[in-house]
Amino acid sequence: MKELFKLFLTFAKVGCFTFGGGYAMLPLLQKEVVEKNNWATEEELMDYFAIGQCTPGIIAVNTSTFIGYKRKGIIGGIAATLGMVFPSIIIITIIAAFIRSFAELEIVGHALNGIKAGVCALILDAVIKLTKKSIIDKYTLTLFVVVFFIALLTDISTVILIISSGILGVVISRIKTRINAGKGEA
Amino acid sequence: MLLYFRLFYEFAKTGLFAIGGGLATLPFLYEMSVKTGWFTTHDISNMIAVSESTPGPIGINMSTYVGFQTAYTYFGAAGGILGGITATLSLVLPSIIVIELISKVLNKFKESQLVQDIFYGLRPAAAALVAASGMSIAKVAFLIENTAAITINFKSLILGILIFVSYKLFKLHPVVYIAAAAVIGIIFKF
Repeated sequence: MKELFKLFLTFAKVGCFTFGGGYAMLPLLQKEVVEKNNWATEEELMDYFAIGQCTPGIIAVNTSTFIGYKRKGIIGGIAATLGMVFPSIIIITIIAAFIRSFAELEIVGHALNGIKAGVCALILDAVIKLTKKSIIDKYTLTLFVVVFFIALLTDISTVILIISSGILGVVISRIKTRINAGKGEA
Repeated sequence: MLLYFRLFYEFAKTGLFAIGGGLATLPFLYEMSVKTGWFTTHDISNMIAVSESTPGPIGINMSTYVGFQTAYTYFGAAGGILGGITATLSLVLPSIIVIELISKVLNKFKESQLVQDIFYGLRPAAAALVAASGMSIAKVAFLIENTAAITINFKSLILGILIFVSYKLFKLHPVVYIAAAAVIGIIFKF
């Protein structure tokens, strides 16, 4: 019960400080899930992010469910996800009921521009951590560079990019094994 | 009562078929607007603005907003609150079911070579996608685009660099830096 409550609270905290999409919550997840609570490794978090992008629903929710399930099974997944959406429900309801012109307020604009600069810095740090764990040879380096530029310069869907990368992962691994086996024989 | 069932149906459908993050829910909202007449496309742009400027994933914020707004029109404030909760929980329900099933399968085959090989390819791709999305936020944060020219927003760039360096040095909780960035943005009118 205590751990379920902790899952709920931790993800509520992440939800409270995520501005923008699922990617913006990555630095927070690294801190809370990987460093502070040891609920998942950096690699697992990355796997959840990747799968969360080609499965139905919102990445932030999918990632929360994964981590909650890993800790406490079905109920854990539900607790984490409810925690993630809890701040949104409260905040948006208040704004929708009372402050219709919220997005036009000058002070909100200034705060958001500051936050954007801050989030960029945090994401840069998150990406450096991720590349250290995921780029382990020249093949993964190539894959990183190619996917980065395709995502940046074209409109090709991330679903297609993720699925093709998974297939490429299998193909490259098989070729590598074959080459190594060949070396062994020679 | 019927309205809540329709909210449940529409948002569960969106949760099941919108793949790839919060903005993937947009086409479904446009379709919902045409089909149900609950809100206009002009309302949608207002909802996007609010969802982007408040904490929480955009897709979740949009659902709460639409659910509240729609039910509020018919049943007042209490009805609106229930509408927001209904829409949001309906949106996440398919995710919870699908991800828990995947988790179950994944736990079983975690050690298999095939799954290991898939992740060998997935991980660099996931890192690249995060990097690319960071780049698009950086473009908005650090560049000022006019019709005449593109200039660098030095105020934001300096704040970004300061936050990066102090995060590396002091390793405080990211929440501290996000709050500080908001306060600095307000004080110095970013």
